[in-house]
Amino acid sequence: MRRGWFLPIAATLGFAFLYLPIISLVVFSFNESKLVTVWSGFSTKWYVELFKDKQMLNAAWLSLRIAFFSASFALVLGTLCAVALVRFKRFRGRTVLAGAVSAPLVMPDVITGLALLLLFVAMESTLGWPAGRGITTIIIAHTTFCMAYVTVVVQSRLSDLDLSLEEAAMDLGATPARVFFDITLPIIAPALVSGWLLAFTLSLDDLVIASFVSGPGSSTLPMVIFSKIRLGVSPDVNALATIIIGVVALGVVIATVIGFRSRRERRKTA
Amino acid sequence: MTLTGNQLPPPRRLRPWSGLERRLRDVGISGRTLVIAAPAIWLTVFFLVPLLVVFGISLATKQFGRPPYSPLLKTEDGTVQLTLHLSNYVKLFTDPLYVAAYLSSIRISLISTVITLFIGYPMAYAIARAPETWRNVLLMLVILPFWTSFLLRVYALSGFMRGNGVINQVLGVFGIQPLVMMQTDFAVYVGIVYTYLPFMILPLYTTLVKLDTSLLEASADLGSRPWQTFLSVTLPLSLPGIIAGSMLVFIPAIGEFVIPSLLGGPETLMIGRVLWDEFFTATNWPRAAAVAVAMLVVVVIPILLLQKAQDAVVEKEK
Repeated sequence: MRRGWFLPIAATLGFAFLYLPIISLVVFSFNESKLVTVWSGFSTKWYVELFKDKQMLNAAWLSLRIAFFSASFALVLGTLCAVALVRFKRFRGRTVLAGAVSAPLVMPDVITGLALLLLFVAMESTLGWPAGRGITTIIIAHTTFCMAYVTVVVQSRLSDLDLSLEEAAMDLGATPARVFFDITLPIIAPALVSGWLLAFTLSLDDLVIASFVSGPGSSTLPMVIFSKIRLGVSPDVNALATIIIGVVALGVVIATVIGFRSRRERRKTA
Repeated sequence: MTLTGNQLPPPRRLRPWSGLERRLRDVGISGRTLVIAAPAIWLTVFFLVPLLVVFGISLATKQFGRPPYSPLLKTEDGTVQLTLHLSNYVKLFTDPLYVAAYLSSIRISLISTVITLFIGYPMAYAIARAPETWRNVLLMLVILPFWTSFLLRVYALSGFMRGNGVINQVLGVFGIQPLVMMQTDFAVYVGIVYTYLPFMILPLYTTLVKLDTSLLEASADLGSRPWQTFLSVTLPLSLPGIIAGSMLVFIPAIGEFVIPSLLGGPETLMIGRVLWDEFFTATNWPRAAAVAVAMLVVVVIPILLLQKAQDAVVEKEK
């Protein structure tokens, strides 16, 4: 049959397309020459250079703090939103809430960024808060678009949850809050972890929204990288990219292996 | 023996949050209200209201000062005056720059979406038909780039395509003249396809993996050639996946800023880039807001299509 060879070749070419640029970036981060594309010998000097770059390190630290707080706030709000949408089938404004929480998923970043900036400016001139823009406004902006992703992840886990467990706890006299914290939360914990991680990486990665709502002195890591690579290739960005890709790859592989194991064990006990 | 409500053992000592819950209930706020209100208030203040603010400011004009736009409401001699300007919208329709940027954004996004579909479909199908042990590994390989930085992936691609980049060095080995790829519309197409490919593959995979293979066998038994089976059975059944994947590529591509500004040339016009320049370079906030409103109009129809496609997938699962 024709499909016998066509699909594997198409898939191989597709994966090559996805991975070859990343692999070449990693390889050239160990290149001695400043010319990123001409190989002249193995060296780790760009990594040394990277850790001497004060501006880059400060931006990285700022981005990590923003990502931590945005992901945590987004986790709380996104989980509440998911519970509201899955557990409470009927309330006023449910369609509006469902639409408003999923719209940021597809909203172009330039619109979200501009809209929030104009809001902050209008609020500052009428309410006096937030005074200027910086880490607070970036965290608010990131929380808003990250909570959409958390809601999607938690929603899908909640909707295939076995309701009888919660009903049993309820029958035994537990209050709704107690049922949520003692029964629901532990069961959906893996979804919460992946939702938080997704929000964390999205916040860490955002360039456009942060550029709109940041103020002087609060340049995040993507903003610093962007201004650097706009001027051309720079080998220390390659080194930074290699570190990020390494951490992410390790994390995803570990998560997948853990996922595999627990699924296999569940199948064994079932 | 059966236990009635009164005979149940007293509940374990209540945790602190139960106390909080009781206190809130005493003042008339139920847990249910709180759960709905918290995200609803947040989204109203930081998502819905900002969109209204954008619309409002798009009706103002640029002026010097802080903030750099004319006020909509003015109180003069005790009367409130509302001043609305339509000049930004008039400009959008009459200035050839905006019209060209609009049309070329739609063209670039449309072409990239079609290319992504042609590359993503066989990949999704191959993963769906792969043995189960392979399937998870391949899926992980599709998702992995999605977790790494978008900006750094565009940067990796630029290193690959530039004048003395890897592609041209490989071509040089075969004695082929180096190609000019960077700073062209071609580079923007490649960039969009490269970064949004996972968004195309995942929804396609979810519809293709659920495809009933007995239908394919039946079609083959009745004498269809493989391509006939594909066109008359597989393709129509995977339509929701095709729509969802295409919209997930098309909608963000319309407003894309990073890809045209890093990979495209100065003549690569895209509406997201125009909005950016209007805001940061020209500091014409009302004009940028009008561009945003106009962009929203273009993406609303695909968003509704996406919603429909997702509903269709959910319906099928039931």
